[in-house]
Amino acid sequence: MAKVKFTSALKRYFPSLTELEIPGDSVKEALHNIDQQFPGIMTYLTEDNGQLRKHVNIFLKGELIKDRVTLNDPVNARDELLIFQALSGG
Amino acid sequence: MQPKLLVGTSKGLIIYKNNSKNWIIARVHFEGLPVSSLYIDERTNIWWVALSHRHWGEKLHFSEDAGNHWVEVKVPSFSNYFYKPGKPATLKKIWSMQQSGPDRPGGLWVGTEPGGLFHSDDHGKHFQLIEPLWNHPSRLDPAQWFGAGKDYPFIHSIVLDPRDSDHVYVGVSCAGVFETRDGGKSWQAKNMGLVAAYLPNPQVEIGHDPHRIILCPAHPEILWQQNHCGIFRTTNGGERWEDVSGKDGFPKYGFSLAIDDEDPDMAWVIPAHSDERRIPVNLKLTVCVTRDAGRNWTPIHQGLPAEPAFDLVLRHSFVKKGDALAFGTNNGNLYLSDDRGNSWRMISQNLPMVNYLAWA
Repeated sequence: MAKVKFTSALKRYFPSLTELEIPGDSVKEALHNIDQQFPGIMTYLTEDNGQLRKHVNIFLKGELIKDRVTLNDPVNARDELLIFQALSGG
Repeated sequence: MQPKLLVGTSKGLIIYKNNSKNWIIARVHFEGLPVSSLYIDERTNIWWVALSHRHWGEKLHFSEDAGNHWVEVKVPSFSNYFYKPGKPATLKKIWSMQQSGPDRPGGLWVGTEPGGLFHSDDHGKHFQLIEPLWNHPSRLDPAQWFGAGKDYPFIHSIVLDPRDSDHVYVGVSCAGVFETRDGGKSWQAKNMGLVAAYLPNPQVEIGHDPHRIILCPAHPEILWQQNHCGIFRTTNGGERWEDVSGKDGFPKYGFSLAIDDEDPDMAWVIPAHSDERRIPVNLKLTVCVTRDAGRNWTPIHQGLPAEPAFDLVLRHSFVKKGDALAFGTNNGNLYLSDDRGNSWRMISQNLPMVNYLAWA
């Protein structure tokens, strides 16, 4: 089970969103399992074709994930995933 | 019921209501979020709002109770479709929505960027890409379909023939006007008479830049178009367009357009100075009206600022209902007329960029 933390900005759209313990052997599996608990959140994080949205960042063990297209970075038990939005102006 | 004016801005949906003499803000929805599209289904009075989140992508919401409660639905998806070989398509923005006629109670069209047209037959619960238009042989030719100020072409106008739900026109920037008479199964370009002055051959069949297209409900064979290269009108359902821009080139360039529901010869535009400047001609914010099908245009200034103005009115930010017209600008100014555009009054100078207006 990986620990997942979210940007507080997502709480506007998913008010009950909190820190989670989520199963999954890859970032993609972890996101899929998060979507089971918070239906629709995948569409906030990924494009139609499944790749990570341009202005969304996911950190795995403190590093940006390497595979933003198929989200296949491996996730191990007790890893920490941080789901943030990129900074922007305006 | 008192009319309401829905103002879709870069920072939220603002609802104005008419409080005896004044238009006042009644409510703000989606505070801080950019409204990309706004539509009211007149069959059901359902309000639709599309939002372009900076980080989270395009989202679509509806309300069945005039904004008291909102429900988010799945946006149309390009999943498993390719913009071109090897490049998956992804939804960038919802530009336009249009209900079907009363014979198709659940029918709803959505136009997007990249240039996809979607249809729902269940009031927007599910959308299907109209493949015959997506697969039109011209779409993959970058000389025929291309972005205008955007990376991709987009469908900003969906025009329904009120006599026949299978008869629909779409306006694509850039590609031009396309028509279906069989509910989307086949599409024909309808651009004869238009001018694409930015191309080596301005009379190309496909490659035009309609900014806004509107059909006259009482005379569905008559459509008006504010185009990148002038104001055009057709009296034969798009078989041929006639340039009805001002004789001296004013009005000509602009984005927005309003027409009369009954009188097919009456239209209003808000001209801008060329694509290089995109500000009012001579810095004078002006509404122009024609009452004779574009043979003559009359500028209207009453109630509009006398001082230099730098406002641009975007394509969906000018609306008419009955005798009332309203427009909002990219500088956050909102103007309203109660007398068919003969005089105007400023409603607000403090809004964000106005992207979309709708009467409710």
